Amino acid sequence: MDTKTGTLTVKRGLAQMLKGGVIMDVVTPEHAAIAEEAGAVAVMALERIPADIRAAGGVARMSDLQLVQRIMDAVTIPVMAKVRIGHFAEAQALQELGVDFIDESEVLTPADDKYHCAKEGFTIPFVCGARDLGEALRRIAEGAAMIRSKGEAGSGNIVEAVRHMRSINDSIKELTVLPKEELVARARDLGAPLELVREVARLGKLPVVLFCAGGVSTPADAALMMQLGAEGIFVGSGIFKSSNPAAFAKAIVDATTHYGDPKVVVAASKSLSGTAMEGLDVRKLPESELLAARGN
Amino acid sequence: MIGVLGVQGDVIEHLNALDRCGVRASVVKSAPELSRCEGLILPGGESTTVMKLLQRCDLIEPIAQRVRTGMPFWGTCMGMILAARELAGFPDQATLDLLDVTVRRNAFGRQVASAEVKLSIPVLGSPAFPAVFIRAPWIERVGSGVEVLAQLDGRPVMVRQGNVLGTSFHPELTGDLRLHRYFIEIGKASGAIGKPAATA
Repeated sequence: MDTKTGTLTVKRGLAQMLKGGVIMDVVTPEHAAIAEEAGAVAVMALERIPADIRAAGGVARMSDLQLVQRIMDAVTIPVMAKVRIGHFAEAQALQELGVDFIDESEVLTPADDKYHCAKEGFTIPFVCGARDLGEALRRIAEGAAMIRSKGEAGSGNIVEAVRHMRSINDSIKELTVLPKEELVARARDLGAPLELVREVARLGKLPVVLFCAGGVSTPADAALMMQLGAEGIFVGSGIFKSSNPAAFAKAIVDATTHYGDPKVVVAASKSLSGTAMEGLDVRKLPESELLAARGN
Repeated sequence: MIGVLGVQGDVIEHLNALDRCGVRASVVKSAPELSRCEGLILPGGESTTVMKLLQRCDLIEPIAQRVRTGMPFWGTCMGMILAARELAGFPDQATLDLLDVTVRRNAFGRQVASAEVKLSIPVLGSPAFPAVFIRAPWIERVGSGVEVLAQLDGRPVMVRQGNVLGTSFHPELTGDLRLHRYFIEIGKASGAIGKPAATA
């Protein structure tokens, strides 16, 4: 039988199966079970959630593989894990372990201040963060099978995710109406390969799935991002930094599923017997603490 | 009109394929939307998640009721898992119970084992079908009324029981429309799809 693993179709395909869903950061097998029960489509296995990484400072690396394994054993939904930007040996280890998706993430301390991993050589798919269309297309050119907004992880503040999602989608819309002789110059300005720019101009969307990440902490945040064109939601600190994780997890799933129906968002919000995570004013963070600025 | 369950998963891919087949299609997220459909596709997605969402949307009984009274149904991967009578290793897991089979989830392995395969499907003839398997299930037990239409490594990966079709793989991720057409033909042959009153 003619069988091919690790193809573009199979890697991008897993991201397509996650559309309309919520991917939740978890730090223990118990968290993973809560996330699965709430209706998460996948979990991100981490040692510390972004808000705690931010608070702890120091160097944040790939999670302990025994912890990742225990989380893989605890749930039947796909398990993702993060590697440092450019740390392809961490990615090789996670692929060997058998995780389903790798997030090459600015939330961890970058291992390479110039280059990202060459992702197309891997059998398992990668998701990468982006602030704008050029950054998204550079990651896709490297082999990313899924893009997410960077937002500002661990801030509990949605403003950066909104900025990134609007920037990506506005640039895509602009490409669809540009005369074709302008696409070469536009590709140069975006810092992205011309073939990908032409493909986006033709499709009117990225050739991979686009999720929102970074700052989602309430059901209304999730509904907002879905209406702004996200195809699904990553929630990092928003669930397990809230006072009632199981209720927040379910409410964010419900608001994501029915993002266009304010009645459901009201019901989901009313179901919360607890408070959302504390938020940070992103403008008051010193530049050295801005995670979204890592990697370009 | 054919409905595609739209609570989670690769919904647009199925809508686009149906559109290219020249049939009207729409997203189903509620019982009233289901009642307007002559056929239903459950797309790819996460079965654990979608089963919970179906319970929360009160769609389980309405879907089961329509399919038992003849509405054509096709589940791709997640959809086939939810249609199965029983899930291997999870005997207590609730399902829609539309197809008399036992399905093993993630049977080929985790994402590293996901693959594109040229699959022989005799009812479609040649060439072989470009089947995309993603964390795919296979079928371990087949009930007496169930026809096996394709196998991979000796495991059934496409089955049909009357108006109910199940595939372990994702035809909606390829440009090949033969299985969408096959599904539409099942509905037309039984009179369920294309009735003048329903298209009005």
